Order: sequence, then structure tokens, then C-alpha cells
Amino acid sequence: MDVVFRIPGPLRNLAGDRDEVRVAGAPRVLSEALSMLWAECPAVRDRVLTERGEVRQHINVFVDGENVRDTGGLGTPVRDGAEIFILPALSGG
Amino acid sequence: MKGAFIFRASAARKKWERGGPYFPGSAVYAMAYDGRAGRHRIWAGPQSMHWGALLRSSDDFGKNWTNPEAANVKFPESAGAALERVWQIAPGRDSEPDTLYCGVEPAAVFTSTDGGDTWRLNEGLWNHPQRAKWMPGGGGLCLHTILLHPKDPQRMRIAISTAGMYVTDDGGATWRPSNKGVRAEFLPDKYPEFGQCVHKVVQSKKKPQRMYLQNHWGLYRSNDGGESWKDIANGVPSDFGFAMAIHPSDADTAWIVPLESDGFRCTPEGKLRVYRTRDGGKSWEAMAKGLPQSDAYETVLRDAMAADAHDPAGVYFGTRSGKVFASANEGKSWTAVADGLPPVVCVKTARVAL
Repeated sequence: MDVVFRIPGPLRNLAGDRDEVRVAGAPRVLSEALSMLWAECPAVRDRVLTERGEVRQHINVFVDGENVRDTGGLGTPVRDGAEIFILPALSGG
Repeated sequence: MKGAFIFRASAARKKWERGGPYFPGSAVYAMAYDGRAGRHRIWAGPQSMHWGALLRSSDDFGKNWTNPEAANVKFPESAGAALERVWQIAPGRDSEPDTLYCGVEPAAVFTSTDGGDTWRLNEGLWNHPQRAKWMPGGGGLCLHTILLHPKDPQRMRIAISTAGMYVTDDGGATWRPSNKGVRAEFLPDKYPEFGQCVHKVVQSKKKPQRMYLQNHWGLYRSNDGGESWKDIANGVPSDFGFAMAIHPSDADTAWIVPLESDGFRCTPEGKLRVYRTRDGGKSWEAMAKGLPQSDAYETVLRDAMAADAHDPAGVYFGTRSGKVFASANEGKSWTAVADGLPPVVCVKTARVAL
């Protein structure tokens, strides 16, 4: 069973210059899938999560095209073969 | 607010060479130079709106920067808080060459005793019973000033907007508010124990009992290490402002940039003027030679002014409109070092001997 993470441009140098990281395992929910990603790319974690364990305010995570803010946050179910995007939100000044 | 730049010049400080932008897109509210123990290390606290804030350093004047795998300044889980921004980086005393302090938002002090590799929250201040009453100012609840007593390793003063100043006399274990004589224009009690909106405090290196304070309304001097403050707004167009710098050796000399009011945070009359005192605040004189004197509605923010360690001292400041001005003669005349930078929120200096 695999889950595929799509890594945004600004974080690729922290993920071995990869735009896609495939992790093997059977995560049930997003938090478990992310733990697998952190094991593979530890430097990505603190850029995506705050020290409170929350997804940073201006980061969006999509599981199979759905923004997890609408589907249960870190508890969003993850299916076998899921595709997970980590994307900076449209914000800034 | 969109990256960091490094300007370098010889001791004459006439011709400036620019490096950067470093961390393009990130807000850099804090920088510092650590020249202790043979280092040539620049610290910066970039904050990405997306990816968070951390401390990064360069030992080669900006060519390469560290990028730690794990964020190095983090609140412990028990604090229930997340780092928003680093506002101040303060290398420790000469007697503690591996110690650094940083001030952050939400208001807290972190300390490193291993040269900046790892950082620990100061729990004494974080757990202060008055913290629940601290109120964020326009820039957030930020701890923006750290003043170390150069001789006494137990004594440190910090300033928070909006909480005022706190002092520790036991190395950070306990803290007490220390705002005697500083007013809070925006509160019913004008002289509360704490809650003042202190914008910047500077301390004389030679004579650490001497400090100056630019308040949210109010300009002050202390001769007793900050225990009490005297109003010294003598002959300035406004006692509102943010930025302040003190002379590297003469405790009676300091520079400020008065702004019209908290409602209109711009230089009065469209004239960009630095004011200097050479008598400890008894009088102030405008230092405007070389600065725009018409249509210059500029803003100089709390950490956007600094003096260097040369003789005569150099003075530098940046504006929210992205200009940087330098004076190599203690403010007598100014030249533009940069125009068209992103908004300038932090100007720091270092005298480097290589």
C-alpha cells in the first residue's frame, strides 16, 4: 500500500529535491500518513505543522482533491493509493 | 519585510556594497551579529507566512545560511503556543560567549547556551501571573527588546508591546514589572505598574545604568538601570515614535525619529528628520542634512535604526518605504544607501575586522 505526497516547490530541497514522495504503509488517517512522510523527510515537518501539531494557517493539505479543512483535518481518512498535496495558500501581502 | 539585505563598506562608510535579498519573501524582523569567540556570524529570524519562523545563521556574510531540519525556536507542548515571529536576537555577554537570547511573538524569551543550536523557553517570564493581562499592540504581542546588564549576568531587562518592561535579577527565574514614570496614554490609569506600550529601549554600553526609551507617546531617560524614568521630550516635534539608537561610547548622545502621532505615524510636516541629543535628553536638535525635507511622510519602525561602533559613530535607519540612510558623522549629514527596498523593519550594524 502506498500513499503519494506532492511536495510544493519551496520544500523540495528539504525532501531530497523531489516533487513527489511515495511512502509505503497503511495509514488510516492523514496524521498517520504525515508521520510516514516525516520519517522520510524530517525537515518538512516543522514547515508544515506548528509546534502545537496543527497544520500552519496558510498551508492547505488536500487528500484526493479535497481540502482537509472540510474533511476532518488531520483525522481525514486516507485510502490505499491516496494522493496528498501540500500547498501554500493564496495569501500574502 | 520581504527578505534581508547586507550592506558592507570600509571604515570610511562611504561606498556600500549590497548583498541579498536573502530569504526572499520572508519577513525578517530580527538580525544580529555575533563576533564573540572568534565568530563572524550573522543571525536572522526569517518568518515565512506559509512555512513558519526559525533562526538561521551565516558564517560567511550571507553566502550560505543554515537551515535547521527542525525549527530551532519552539514552544514546548506544555506552553500551548506556537511561534509566530522572532522580534529580537541578542548575543549574550562577553563573559558567556555561547549564550544567546531571542525575543519572540507571542511574547517570550528563549535562551541558547550552545551557540544557537538549541533554544529553551524562559518559563519564569512565560508563567508570569500578569501575562494574561498583556495586550497585543498593532504589531502583535511581541517581545522586541532585550537589554543585558554587561557585568551582572543575573540582570536582564526586556520590553513587550503591550506589557511594558520586565526585569530579572536572578538570571531569568523571576521577573518583575519595571515601568516607573512611563505613561500609558491609552489606559485610564496613566501610570500603571505594567501595560505600557514601550516601543524601544536602548542602553549605554559604557554606562549601563543609562537608558533611553521611546514610548507610544513619551520619551524617557533612566539613570538607574531602568528602575525609574524621566520625561525628556524637550524640543522635539512629537514624543511619539518607534526607533531609537544610542552612541557606542557617549551615554549622553542618542538619536530618534519623531513621528506625528499614533493616528498619523509619519514624519511631521513631510520632513524626514532625525533628532539627536548630546546632553542626555535636556535638548534635541534636528539632523536633516541630506534627508528629504518635503513630501517625505516616512515611517521608521522600532528596530529600524542603529548606530555602529566607530568613532565618529555611524548612524543608520530604514523606512517603511524601503529607503536606507546612513550618516558616518553622528548624524551631521546623511546619504541614501538604498531606495526601493521592501519595507524596512530591522537595521543592525556590526564592525568587522577580518
